[in-house]
Amino acid sequence: MNNRVVITGLGVVSPNGADLAEFRHAIRNGISGIRHDPQLEKLLFSCQIAGKPVIDEERMLQYFTPLELRGLQSTGIVYGVIAGMDAWKDARLEAMMMNETPDWESGSVFGTGTSGIDKFREAIYKVDNLQIRKLGSTVVAQTMSSGVSAYLSGKLGLGNQVCTNSSACATGVESILMAYERLKNGSATKMLAGSTSDSGAYIWGGFDAMKICPYQYNESPEQGCRPMSATAKGFVPGSGAGAMVLETLDSALGRGAHIYAEILGGHVNSGGQRGSGTMTAPNSEGVQRCITMALKDAGLNAKDIDVINAHLTATSKDVTEIENWVAALDRHGGEFPYINSIKGMIGHCISAAGSIESVASVLQLSEGFIFPNINCEDLHPDIEKLIDPLCIPVKCLEKQFNVLAKASFGFGDVNACIIFKRYRDGKRRIDQ
Amino acid sequence: MEKEELINELTIIVSPYAQDAEALAHIQEDTDFIRDLKINSANLVDVVLDVEEKFGIEIDNDSMARMLTVKAAIRIIEEKLAAGAGK
Repeated sequence: MNNRVVITGLGVVSPNGADLAEFRHAIRNGISGIRHDPQLEKLLFSCQIAGKPVIDEERMLQYFTPLELRGLQSTGIVYGVIAGMDAWKDARLEAMMMNETPDWESGSVFGTGTSGIDKFREAIYKVDNLQIRKLGSTVVAQTMSSGVSAYLSGKLGLGNQVCTNSSACATGVESILMAYERLKNGSATKMLAGSTSDSGAYIWGGFDAMKICPYQYNESPEQGCRPMSATAKGFVPGSGAGAMVLETLDSALGRGAHIYAEILGGHVNSGGQRGSGTMTAPNSEGVQRCITMALKDAGLNAKDIDVINAHLTATSKDVTEIENWVAALDRHGGEFPYINSIKGMIGHCISAAGSIESVASVLQLSEGFIFPNINCEDLHPDIEKLIDPLCIPVKCLEKQFNVLAKASFGFGDVNACIIFKRYRDGKRRIDQ
Repeated sequence: MEKEELINELTIIVSPYAQDAEALAHIQEDTDFIRDLKINSANLVDVVLDVEEKFGIEIDNDSMARMLTVKAAIRIIEEKLAAGAGK
């Protein structure tokens, strides 16, 4: 089996746009979702700014029953369920009714780093206070890593593989690639792929303690996350979820679905924490290999890449990432593709980063624009030596293009790179 | 507390968990939480916690295991209330 795989639905819950329409508007216009966070200030964090999606109670009730909302403290499950169900709906698919058989041909790979960390904290306090019998019935469902995919499969009636993957900040791209492979191999017809990440002090604390988040921008949150900038001071923690419906081309054409883009291939690997690689830093050889293997898998040459949606977290490693792209593609100066990072607008959404950024990538490809990089008006001089500043748009470019490479790199020295291609023959939606 | 009143209080407690609105509307002593009200068995512990909170009682594991119908729940609540009053 070697099915072609396309994307037919998108959903997103991002700090700068909690649904697809808001998100599209925000990324086109370089709108930041980074805010001052009172909880982080109260808890004496160095970095008191963060990216947190805003979801009101009314919207919650569209996705969760009042019973499910009782004691629901897993923000990651909330974001993942909303993004996932939105993607399903965007693909013009419906949830199976409770009295129907499951949809055996549809599954989900929905990743996360941790789940329900606030629920876990509450449970630990109760256990330590000898109140084990007062935990209630949802601690397991909210704190198991696969909670998000379990909630989604129950809501939609998915009957194919339903699982959660986890590979730190590479999680989101990996989940899409795992779902892609399942479709390519003929094991499923549709897969809901995506990833999510909890909000709040208890997930972000560890990063603050490592001093890799900026403390200089507590009074000016929107300037805090500065990928590729000479004054980049570290990544701003973020949260949210991104989701997409992947489907075999035959299935999409058969039901007349709108096709956003095609997935040509990709690669996941690890630098093995050898060479320059450690628990927290990438082995450049592994990164470059991941990119070249992704191109090979997609059957493309380096020159075919029009746009890169990079990982670029606004740390000192940004220069290294650009060096790796330059080396892997053997393109530099003015020959380099366009490149952007959304992290200036939403921060680093940890395990949700790869999926939110993939949604942004697919929107750009399908609608013909390249969103602006914000907060890099003072481009890092070492980056300027490697690539032409014109490759780094600071205003939204309206431009049709064909191929986008998206990569994410994570703690543990893990890498993931996926190649998206514009789908030209797709039927246009009548209502657009 | 009168039995009637207890059933009313219990109905309020189980209503968010009951999946069968029809059975909930006709709740009576013989109503079975799982079979009739279609309460998810995992939610029975939540019903017990809500009962404990409402009546200010503590329900031991053995009683909890028996609390599957309205009748059993009322008997257990009455027992615990009486034991509490006797203290």
